[in-house]
Amino acid sequence: MRHGHRLKTLLALFASLVTTPSTAMTIIHTEKSLYRNILVYEEDEQRCMSFTRNQQTARQTCLSLDDPNQFVFVYTRMMMGALYLNPQPRNILIVGLGGGVLPMALTKMFPDARIDIAEIDPAVVKVAQRFFGFNPSPQVQVIEEDGRVFVKRAGKSGQRYDLIMLDAFDHEYIPEHLLTREFLLEVKTLLTADGVLAANTFSSSRLYHHESATYQAVFGQFYNLRVKLRNRIILAKMDGLPSLDTIKQRADALEDKLKLLGFGGDWLVPLFSTERDWDSNARILTDQYSPSNLLNSAF
Amino acid sequence: MRRFFIFLIAGWSGFFVMAIELLSGRILAPNFGNSIYVWGGVITVFMLALALGYLSGGQFSRYDPTLRRLALLLVFGAITTIPVMLFGDWILEWIFDLIQDPRYGSLLSATALFFIPTAIAGMVSPYAVRLLVSDSQLSGHFAGLLYFSSTFGSAAGTIATSFYLVLYFEINQILTGLIGISLILGLLAIFTETSTHAPRPPA
Repeated sequence: MRHGHRLKTLLALFASLVTTPSTAMTIIHTEKSLYRNILVYEEDEQRCMSFTRNQQTARQTCLSLDDPNQFVFVYTRMMMGALYLNPQPRNILIVGLGGGVLPMALTKMFPDARIDIAEIDPAVVKVAQRFFGFNPSPQVQVIEEDGRVFVKRAGKSGQRYDLIMLDAFDHEYIPEHLLTREFLLEVKTLLTADGVLAANTFSSSRLYHHESATYQAVFGQFYNLRVKLRNRIILAKMDGLPSLDTIKQRADALEDKLKLLGFGGDWLVPLFSTERDWDSNARILTDQYSPSNLLNSAF
Repeated sequence: MRRFFIFLIAGWSGFFVMAIELLSGRILAPNFGNSIYVWGGVITVFMLALALGYLSGGQFSRYDPTLRRLALLLVFGAITTIPVMLFGDWILEWIFDLIQDPRYGSLLSATALFFIPTAIAGMVSPYAVRLLVSDSQLSGHFAGLLYFSSTFGSAAGTIATSFYLVLYFEINQILTGLIGISLILGLLAIFTETSTHAPRPPA
């Protein structure tokens, strides 16, 4: 744990060195929203959206200018692992838009799928459309609303999705009401009988244990995809996880589609794990107890 | 001793209000989210309640002001916070179904849950000024000391709740603690007032 913290500090230091303009970085657009400062810049043939806080930038979305179809981020690639659990989603909910990379890729792969996106920040929606090629349509709708409120209301009105992607966090700030047992239970009521949940979450602080215990309490066993210290994706399914053999078969079937995004099953499948590498006694996060940001800070 | 209790009650009342205000954001979030307007609704309601509390506290102080009555304000403030724990979820759920717009939903919810205890807490300061001031020459002096205690208490309540209490306790545990301390402090003040007054035989 202590070792992990030191590494994290080193990484943070490295990141701050990288984000200071040592390489040629062109700022294209800046925008102050109600929630954050949004920065759009180009660097190394990539266009990125980042939220700046205290001179530090946290990249939210990057687009490869050479091939906009390619996924730049490891975490978005891992999110696509959800398709190994449900290869043919028809009704998709995404909480947190970012640059719109996930919905754009899903629309290309599944032109008939309906996608609802809950995004709290209207400025993010605007920037995604202007600079990242995201376009809402009758099939793809953005609801400018807090994810929790959307999920609660959708659940009450009987709306159901067969794939839900939670992507509302970044490395610096967590909306704490989106990381509680009660919220996950509300998400669960939105899933169809064979629905799949994919969540982009944390992997390197004390919070990892609390978060894992909370997801475990609501969804039971899940596939845990981790890449070093950086990213962790949780994949859960309402009617139980498919076996690794099934995962491999579906990976083969989806190989052509995922190759267009810049990766394949040979990279993604080995990340699938059900091993419990967290402290199972960690306190579960609830609406009554949710100090996620304090748990995530390095102390 | 009497003066000590007056300042203590004012300081604790400041602590209580800010701790509740911070928790109210938490309490509303599951139904109305964490958007800027939810905080806007919460702060509006707290400010309005305090404003009304100051007004009525000043009026109330005109009639036979005693430490006992000041302490009773603290006790009533605590008692009117109890429904937040008992019926909070039920009320929030009801308003969530009633009102689609989270702005007015959070405004109404904050009013329903927190207006009365906050207004009562607002009555404490002007009432305490009345108890302290016997000489108009010193009114500014005591008002200053009182603002100090009350606002210092608010600062302490803010940092204690947001930095530490939420890390160790559930919301309802914190509320229970706040209510308990208010009740104990109120009863202690009532007790000291009666014990200092009672043994005074007619000369």
